[in-house]
Amino acid sequence: MAKINLNINGKTKEVDVDPNTPILWVLRDHLDLVGTKYGCGIAQCGACTVIMDGNAIRSCSTPVSSAEGAKITTIEGLSENGDHPVQKAWMEHDVPQCGYCQAGQVMSAVALLESNPNPSEEDIDNAMNGNICRCGTYLRIKKAIKTAANS
Amino acid sequence: MTIIKTKLNRRSFLKVSALAGGGMVLSFSWLAGCQPSPEQEKLGLPDEWFELNSYIKIGDNGLVTLFSPNPEFGSNVKTSMPMILADELDMDWKKVIVEQADFFPERYERQFTGGSQGIRLGWNPLRTAGAAVKYLLVAAAAQTWEVPAEEISTSGGIIRHEGSGKKAHYGEMAALAATLEVPEEIKLLKEIKDFNIIGTSRKNVDGSKIVTGKPMFTMDYKKEGMLIAMIIHPPAFGMKLKSFEAESVKSMPGIKDVFSFKVHKEDYEQNAFDTTTHPELVAIVGNSTWEVLQAKRKLKADWEKSPEREFVMAGWGGNKSTVKVPAGLENTEKHKASMEAHSKRKARELRKDGNPAAAFSRAAKVLERTYTAPFLAHNCMEPVNCFAHVTADQAELYGPIQAPEFVSNTLSERLGLPKEKIHIKLARMGGGFGQRAYGHHMVEAAVISQKVGAPIKMIYTREDDMTYGIYRPTYTATYRAAIDEEGKLTAIHIKAGGIPETPIAPNRFPAGAVDNYLAEGWEIASNITIGAFRAPRSNFIASAEQSFLDELAEELGKDPIDFRLELLDRAKNNPVGNNNDYDPERYAGVLKLVREKSFWDSPRQGIHRGVSAYFCHNSYVAEILDLRMEDNKPVIENVIAAVDCGIVINPDAAANMGEGAIVDGIGNAFFGELPFNDGVPQKSNFNDYKMIRMSEAPRKIEVHFVKNDHDPTGLGEPLFPPVFAAISNALYKATGQRFYQQPFQPQLEMMEQEIKVGQS
Ligand code: FES
Ligand code: FES
Repeated sequence: MAKINLNINGKTKEVDVDPNTPILWVLRDHLDLVGTKYGCGIAQCGACTVIMDGNAIRSCSTPVSSAEGAKITTIEGLSENGDHPVQKAWMEHDVPQCGYCQAGQVMSAVALLESNPNPSEEDIDNAMNGNICRCGTYLRIKKAIKTAANS
Repeated sequence: MTIIKTKLNRRSFLKVSALAGGGMVLSFSWLAGCQPSPEQEKLGLPDEWFELNSYIKIGDNGLVTLFSPNPEFGSNVKTSMPMILADELDMDWKKVIVEQADFFPERYERQFTGGSQGIRLGWNPLRTAGAAVKYLLVAAAAQTWEVPAEEISTSGGIIRHEGSGKKAHYGEMAALAATLEVPEEIKLLKEIKDFNIIGTSRKNVDGSKIVTGKPMFTMDYKKEGMLIAMIIHPPAFGMKLKSFEAESVKSMPGIKDVFSFKVHKEDYEQNAFDTTTHPELVAIVGNSTWEVLQAKRKLKADWEKSPEREFVMAGWGGNKSTVKVPAGLENTEKHKASMEAHSKRKARELRKDGNPAAAFSRAAKVLERTYTAPFLAHNCMEPVNCFAHVTADQAELYGPIQAPEFVSNTLSERLGLPKEKIHIKLARMGGGFGQRAYGHHMVEAAVISQKVGAPIKMIYTREDDMTYGIYRPTYTATYRAAIDEEGKLTAIHIKAGGIPETPIAPNRFPAGAVDNYLAEGWEIASNITIGAFRAPRSNFIASAEQSFLDELAEELGKDPIDFRLELLDRAKNNPVGNNNDYDPERYAGVLKLVREKSFWDSPRQGIHRGVSAYFCHNSYVAEILDLRMEDNKPVIENVIAAVDCGIVINPDAAANMGEGAIVDGIGNAFFGELPFNDGVPQKSNFNDYKMIRMSEAPRKIEVHFVKNDHDPTGLGEPLFPPVFAAISNALYKATGQRFYQQPFQPQLEMMEQEIKVGQS
């Protein structure tokens, strides 16, 4: 066990956990931030995507010790009222089916648009290929990203 | 105007004053029609709610809560079912709140989402429930204003009497309406042309919660004092637990308990949704997921071969049968060999028309082709999990479950608690696809909670989930066609089976369209468990049938759509045999629509097209898939689907479902496969089980609906089965090779290799 200081969604949090604990489980079990999802645990599905210092990372495979001093944004921290342009575009295109993968999809999309405000079709494919949607909402995700990029 | 007998829907009209018992109503949802700020949400709440029936609650300020009875796994029933209620109620969608009802059999008819039947079977009960409440509100207004009910009109949640100029919102009449009786017959169902919510696109009522990461899934559920539990199941089918060293992990940080348990009691009679792959499991319970995961990885357990076992299965109508589970460690190579052998043997006759044997012996030419498909895992994005809190006198469960009714019986027996003491909340599910029809995880969680005497949340790892069973079976189908000297089709013979079931639906097309027809089935027992998987059986037999018809059309020198239409014409005008369970006209309708929408008659350079059609779950679908070869790899440009599922409730959401089913089909056709070696599933996570990703999805999908006034039918499944053959038929056009074995990717890679070798 070790005390670790985290900066999550602009707030400082201290947790006392095994430093090897993946960020995912610290968020979900210790900080009650359950928007970030578990899908595979091995960095293959993207359900657990959060943004750490501007990059989309797989929180299931990143130990919490490596987050000390970094800024983490989770789905809960994107906006106060669900009005981040990416969230709005997601609702406009009514993207989700079951919804389970969508927090991860939204976070990957936000990270993409932050580094590349006008992504091409291929840029979108590349950035989003790490996020599986079992319900097959890929076409709507793509449309929503384009809408968000234009807004 | 239709007269409806309310007696038929007795349960929908029961007024149960206490809402589903202590704290069972889930958190307040946002208004369905718009996304209000928290401020509006507060303002909108009434002081008092009046319950008009099981589905509808009206607040004194006119706000209406509609309960969505069926579990939601992504097919959007939580939006579309309340839309049906709201339309008959003449309610303004913007003033509606939607809540997920708990499992409550005394109040709701059928709380089962699966088989694409939610809307089809909910249609009449929901319309009736909406219309009946409107009736009560009008009656209350008539009484209050002392005017005849016939002179009163309603719209958008407002009641009006033209003559006197009186008007009130529903909330003002709700108190009185709640005291009135529903007559046995009412004449209030709307005319289809008067629908103003049904048939218009409405956003997912949970959309904003999903994109803001609100807790909605069982996985997100938490309760004071809750512990985390994980299971360990045998590594192979055909193995069972021998021993384990609890002590080796008990002292690890956060670990509370380690024990083994039986999923069912010894003499328990299973029902069809009780699939328990492994009768005994090991449980590890602790404080946090990561701690339990560490212990799970470290725990030493020994396994041994399981002998043949059997259990009693209680079937429909009180029929009991004994099911034998064979011993042995199975593998895919042997499966293939035994399926091949079975294909050559005589099989069970399922349907025979005319004299197929004579037609084949007279044939000038026989076309025979065999198709195969592997086991598939569901791989819902939310791994299996369940919350349970079992105390001495009751059980509270919250879990992803498509069919709560079945599991509530099982739970009651296993826990020794009466059924009324089992409270099941219906969580939003992170995917279902058939897997969540089976409630083993709820039983497991409940047993664990009972043992440790605490609320627990049991979580499967992805590996547990993928290797637990309940798979789509593996299948083989051999199609034969007899062609006479004039080049006319005279007979079709299908022989199909699988492990452990046959995929044939013997009365479906092309039965009824061919003079001489024979369908035979066979099956091979196995200890690998199977379950419903998006359009069970249809998902394979459609691919075999529609690939075969494509090849047959070519053999006969006909356009593949014309050929199908000719067969359907025959089935319509002069059907062969009895019990043909499809409507040839509606079937032909989707083929004609897809031909028109795809400009089938004007092919484009470099685009290879495959067509396919199928009827299942009461709906008709035809699809055309366009692909282009890029560096000898297929790129799917467009998929055009034509669907006849009757009245479409929520068109944009329906299109979304259709797009998803098509993407799912493409993924499984190219990549889906779960092989076995010595009983061990050879894939256990997404690093080796390839799922379709964005770059492999089609560039475009168009879903066109046939417009008609038929009652709505299935939508979640019917678009899935035709995709497979649309791909194989397009691949044939692109490569000159037929694809008989799913998944298609290995054959494509081999071809690519050959081309490379040829070029170098
Ligand atoms: S849960 Fe982290 S990538 Fe799948
Ligand atoms: S919406 Fe269900 S997995 Fe993506």
